[in-house]
Amino acid sequence: MSFDTISPGDAFKLGVLGSVEKRSLDAPRRPVLGRAVLPNGRELTPPARMTLRKQLREKISAAFYRHGLLCASYPVPIILFTSASILTCCYPLLRLPLPGTGPVEFTTGVRDYSVPSHEPQGDLGERPDWYRGPPVAYIQQVLVKAAVSPWDSSLVPVDVFRSPLGRVFSLLEEIRNHVHSDSSGIRSLESLCLQVTDLFPGLRRMQSVLPEHGCLLVSPGNYWQNQRELFDSDADLLKTIQKHEPKGLHTSATLRDLLFGVPGKYTGVSHYNRKRVVTYTITVVLSSYDARFLGSLRARLKQLHPSANCSLREDHMVHVHFKEEIGIAELIPLVTTYIILFAYIYFSTRKIDMVKSKWGLALAAVVTVLSSLLMSVGLCTLFGLTPTLNGGEIFPYLVVVIGLENVLVLTKSVVSTPVDLEVKLRIAQGLSNESWSIMKNMATELCIILIGYFTLVPAIQEFCLFAVVGLVSDFFLQMFFFTTVLSIDIRRMELADLNRRLPAEAGLPPPKPGPLRPREVPPPPRPSPHTITLQTPAFRNLRLPKRLRVVYFLARTRLAQRIIMVGTVIWIGILVYTDPAGIRTYLAAQVSEQSPLGDPGGAGLPPHLGVAPVFRGGDPTSTLSIHPAPDPTPLPENQSQGHHGPARAGLLPQAPPAVPQITWGAEDEEGWRRLSFRHWPSLFSYYNITLAKRYISILPVIPVTVHLSPQEAIETRHPQDTRHPPPPIPKVSADLQTDLTLYKVAALGLAAGVLLVLLLFCLYRVLCPRNYGQNGVSHGRRRRGDLPCDDYGYSPPVSEISPLLLRGHSMDIECLASDGMLLASCCLAGQIRVWDAQTGDCLTVIPKPGLRRSSSSSGCWEQRDGWDGVGGATEPECLCSEAHGSYVGIDGLSEEEEGYPLRRRTAPIRPTLFNDQPDLTPLIDTNFTSQPPSHLLSTPPRAGFDFGGLVERAYMEHEPPSPSAYTSPSSASSSPPTGAQLQRRPSLGDIAAALPPERAPSSGPQADWESSVWAMELRGNLIAAGRSSGKLELWDAVEGSLRCSNEDGVSGITALAFLNNRIVAARLNGSLDFFTVEINKPLCLLQYRGAPLRGSVPPSPCYSSEDVISCQLTRSVQCAHHKPITVLRAPPGGSSPAARTTPSGFIVWRTRVVSSPCRVTLEGSQPYTSTRQWFWRVEGRTAPSACGMSSQGAVSAMFTVTAATSPHWSAPPPASSARDWTTSSVSGTAAQGSNSTPYSRKRAAAPVWA
Amino acid sequence: KTEASSTCRRVFVTTNLLIRGAMLFSVGVFLALVLNLLQVQRNVTLFPPDVISSIFSSAWWVPPCCGTASAMIGLLYPCIDSCLGEPHKFKREWSSVMRCVAVFVGINHASAKVDFANNVQLSLTLAALSIGLWWTFDRSRSGFSLGVTIALLATLATQLLVYNGVFQYTSPDFLYIRSWLPCIFFAGVITMGNIGRQLALYEYKFIQEKSHQD
Repeated sequence: MSFDTISPGDAFKLGVLGSVEKRSLDAPRRPVLGRAVLPNGRELTPPARMTLRKQLREKISAAFYRHGLLCASYPVPIILFTSASILTCCYPLLRLPLPGTGPVEFTTGVRDYSVPSHEPQGDLGERPDWYRGPPVAYIQQVLVKAAVSPWDSSLVPVDVFRSPLGRVFSLLEEIRNHVHSDSSGIRSLESLCLQVTDLFPGLRRMQSVLPEHGCLLVSPGNYWQNQRELFDSDADLLKTIQKHEPKGLHTSATLRDLLFGVPGKYTGVSHYNRKRVVTYTITVVLSSYDARFLGSLRARLKQLHPSANCSLREDHMVHVHFKEEIGIAELIPLVTTYIILFAYIYFSTRKIDMVKSKWGLALAAVVTVLSSLLMSVGLCTLFGLTPTLNGGEIFPYLVVVIGLENVLVLTKSVVSTPVDLEVKLRIAQGLSNESWSIMKNMATELCIILIGYFTLVPAIQEFCLFAVVGLVSDFFLQMFFFTTVLSIDIRRMELADLNRRLPAEAGLPPPKPGPLRPREVPPPPRPSPHTITLQTPAFRNLRLPKRLRVVYFLARTRLAQRIIMVGTVIWIGILVYTDPAGIRTYLAAQVSEQSPLGDPGGAGLPPHLGVAPVFRGGDPTSTLSIHPAPDPTPLPENQSQGHHGPARAGLLPQAPPAVPQITWGAEDEEGWRRLSFRHWPSLFSYYNITLAKRYISILPVIPVTVHLSPQEAIETRHPQDTRHPPPPIPKVSADLQTDLTLYKVAALGLAAGVLLVLLLFCLYRVLCPRNYGQNGVSHGRRRRGDLPCDDYGYSPPVSEISPLLLRGHSMDIECLASDGMLLASCCLAGQIRVWDAQTGDCLTVIPKPGLRRSSSSSGCWEQRDGWDGVGGATEPECLCSEAHGSYVGIDGLSEEEEGYPLRRRTAPIRPTLFNDQPDLTPLIDTNFTSQPPSHLLSTPPRAGFDFGGLVERAYMEHEPPSPSAYTSPSSASSSPPTGAQLQRRPSLGDIAAALPPERAPSSGPQADWESSVWAMELRGNLIAAGRSSGKLELWDAVEGSLRCSNEDGVSGITALAFLNNRIVAARLNGSLDFFTVEINKPLCLLQYRGAPLRGSVPPSPCYSSEDVISCQLTRSVQCAHHKPITVLRAPPGGSSPAARTTPSGFIVWRTRVVSSPCRVTLEGSQPYTSTRQWFWRVEGRTAPSACGMSSQGAVSAMFTVTAATSPHWSAPPPASSARDWTTSSVSGTAAQGSNSTPYSRKRAAAPVWA
Repeated sequence: KTEASSTCRRVFVTTNLLIRGAMLFSVGVFLALVLNLLQVQRNVTLFPPDVISSIFSSAWWVPPCCGTASAMIGLLYPCIDSCLGEPHKFKREWSSVMRCVAVFVGINHASAKVDFANNVQLSLTLAALSIGLWWTFDRSRSGFSLGVTIALLATLATQLLVYNGVFQYTSPDFLYIRSWLPCIFFAGVITMGNIGRQLALYEYKFIQEKSHQD
């Protein structure tokens, strides 16, 4: 298959192959297929031998193709549809409790309560499944609110709580000794209460406080071992209470909360209690429920201490179920699995590349997986399977099982499709390419999971069920959601490319050239001059010391910072989540306080900010009139019985705070809610009873109101109480003090954080190079894969590898020669151009020698060069695409969109139909920029172009074609572009007569000018060109003049090499000719031009224009090779006369970088045949291969292709070494630039040492 | 010049070896600690348990032993690969390694937390999971044979340790140890080998480039 006859279909196939290889390189799940593929992505297989597998495969492929088209065509509806289905599937999740360790409640009535049975009952509706069997315990709280009333000014602050607290002992006595007797027997508390034994070992310090070996009954009296005497003799109650508090910031339930049964700040036990109401509870823990006993106890207590305006509901008991506690021991593995999960996601999404928004796609990938999991849970819930596994625990494993691989493979497959295709087609192709492997993987995974399902272990079965549903929904989401997102992304990328190119094409001043120019995203070759750095970072990096490499690794990944950050976030999260006194409970308390449901009639306001302060400042009588009003059941006997009524009434005229008001609100009903949710578990844990996965029943609270007279308070006073100093800062409450400690801790934390940041900053400065992130704007945050980088991922900051577009050639590049400073290129049209390899300026244009007559109008060339210099760097593509549109009718816009308009133009040109016909491709001049519009206007009356001469020339190679018919001398002289057109399109017309007289300055004979240049070499300012006619020419590279020529040989020159002052020419017949170049002004040889880029190259002799150079054949080696020599190499030293040759029987591999969107071209040449296999594949827009690493991969990928096409395939050559890579990249880049097609001809790429 | 470069290479290889060994060691220690925590029966202790003591719930010598073993295994795998002359090419990327580690932790998790009907079922399940791990992430015969060998050796060593009373299992069902132990060992060997190979990839690439340069 010749390169020239490559058809669009073939090109496409190669692209497809390229993508297949891409996949096979990275994830070799799939064998590389050298099979033909139809343009729509389906494989072409002979129907006769089509097995079932292949049929299936083709069908799958076609289905994916269609699906891809669908997704890319209607992105928005599909995304909407997907979102809707996600939401629908996730809807059942609302019924599930949120994961966490918070307790779950269930409320039943007290009246008809019976211990639930163990067996699950079917029709219980709302009854949660944990509500089975008896609870661990029943909690009966007696909520005591006590106050000394009326408040006397003679009382000291201690009186606020001393006597109220003292009442606890009598209450305890009452409760302990309460006996209920009825027909069924006598029951006391001892028989009902939860008997506890020893405290948990390790809690010895609490031994004095918590009950042991007896009823679990806790109250503030425990501080004094439930002995009134100890209480009375206690000089400082607060100190006793504080004594047991843990030091520092406590996060879990404290002993004070446990004993008081209400949160610390509601107790009112402090010197600064302005409300003068003390609240505490006596908590009785019962092991069995006896309604009658409890009822009689309740009645008794109420009778003794009636609560006036108490409207607490008493008909509900709350069952609280506790989840499994997560301790540190469980947390560490959990955190580990999550860390591994994040690492997995990180390393996976890091591979997403060559897309517009890497982050966006990574997010989409993660969203795909997460929402597929949510969908699976939702679906399972919908069909009646409630998850029993700990969701947080199995979640990482589910993600790992489902995996992100498919998503990545899809992305890779899509981005490796040919970029010039439409987005729809690209998506479809990408999908279709990977369809088989995706389906296969999915089938495998389903099989594995199915096997897992048959282990018949319930937990594994459930896991597998979730995984199956998750897999299916993940597949669904990949197909619909991710594919669509990908299509949008790719469309955006193309738009971005277009936008980026537009301003450049608008003739704006080109960006300032400089080695440290800010890097742009490379994909579209930016046609502005800048330097090419020969050294790829990989080689530079190799010389780095190891420690630097480690440091670079750290700096690049910012490992330390990231780890610390992640750790901090996790730590904070754990703190916030597990802190019972933290945000959660606080928020819960806030919500429950402010919710209108639990707040009937405004009575729910907490007592300390509630009604009392509001009325305090108002009319005292209104307090009386209004306050009883909300009391729905004012018991008359209560009012008469209690002494608080008259007392209160009698003291009304006093100052408002004198009457401590005891109010009962809805929040007292379930006062335990204000406690930490760890309250009960920690209480039970002291006795080594776990509440995890069990529940307790909390009975309705028994309210007890105690009013004490001031006399009582004074009587119970301790002698030291009066000596207690008055509160130093009356305004500051104890709560505020505890708040202050909080603030202190916060400040400390802040300081520590600042310190940490400073430390990190120092570390950063130490670890990172000083100019880190300054050279090159986005260096620090560059996308991986934009640039070639070494294995450690680090690429030095200053390396710039940017393509340098050299425009000007109208046809395919035939030869290329470079000595580092200059670059000479020759196209099929015979035109030789000399470029400055550093700046990309076209220095000289040597036209086809047959047209030397136009040297009279050499101004044309100069003019054209100037045009190139000004606008040529940016303009030609745009112009030519417009011209293209006007000529051929190809849509100019799509031409511009694709980013690489060059390829599009060539692909359709080459038909596959006429293999036997001569190849006319080189004759098609696609560079229409040189066509003058005036010329266009003049032609329409005539029937288009006459291509007769053109075709004729192709058929009859030896007959000189005639110049254009349209070129009249007048037009040639009047408009310079026409002159250019004259020279560059010599074969268009048939005016032969006009030419011969003007061809005078040409020194070459008549027959040579149609012979093409086959070999070219550059040394100094001499260009040696070998022609197919066997003629050797020496041109002056700077002036563009022919210095000498030699026609001693007949066979075409296939390769050239300079050896000091000799030139070695290899001919088609395998012979080697040695020419001696003689300069008769030898002084000039003393001038040397330095070659700074290649130190190994000897300085090139410089020939001045006055020198007369002669070239003589000195020696000829006949039959040096049996086959045509394609590669000729002179040793770099240049002193030895030996020349190395490579017979073309040996397959020479050439790799080149065409442009920064790295297309690797590989060529294998066959002996004696002019057919050469040309393969190109789009490696992708960015070139990770530029460091040479994957160039080897490309070579190995080539094996499969070539093995299919070439029958006698010799041993694979060693992979091209990296050094050759660098040299070839220069010329390869130049070749792309000066060529109008991405295909370059045989010798366009610099030869690679095999 | 060649001497210098070969010296340089030797130095590089040595440091690389050390670094790899250290990394593998730390990974092994970390995994040993974490997985040991998994094995510790969950007694819901509502007191915040003493973090240090719970982390070092096992004897002090267990994590270093595991670390050393994992370092040896992780270095042995690429070594054997290079000896056999076939560098392991299957799924050589970090995401795959992470997946492998996650699955390994999952296997441990399952062995610790999932209630199985009997020990045979548990062991068979774990064995299947381990083989699946090998098939998914390794698929090399050398890896398999090495894994089996090391697992058997480690099982034997554990038997001896338990026999000599260094420690014991609560409910031994395979002589002195739990029958799932070889499976866990096998999975661990595969995992550590995977990590080791991935780490060795850097050195391999370096040598390749070096030879190219030369």
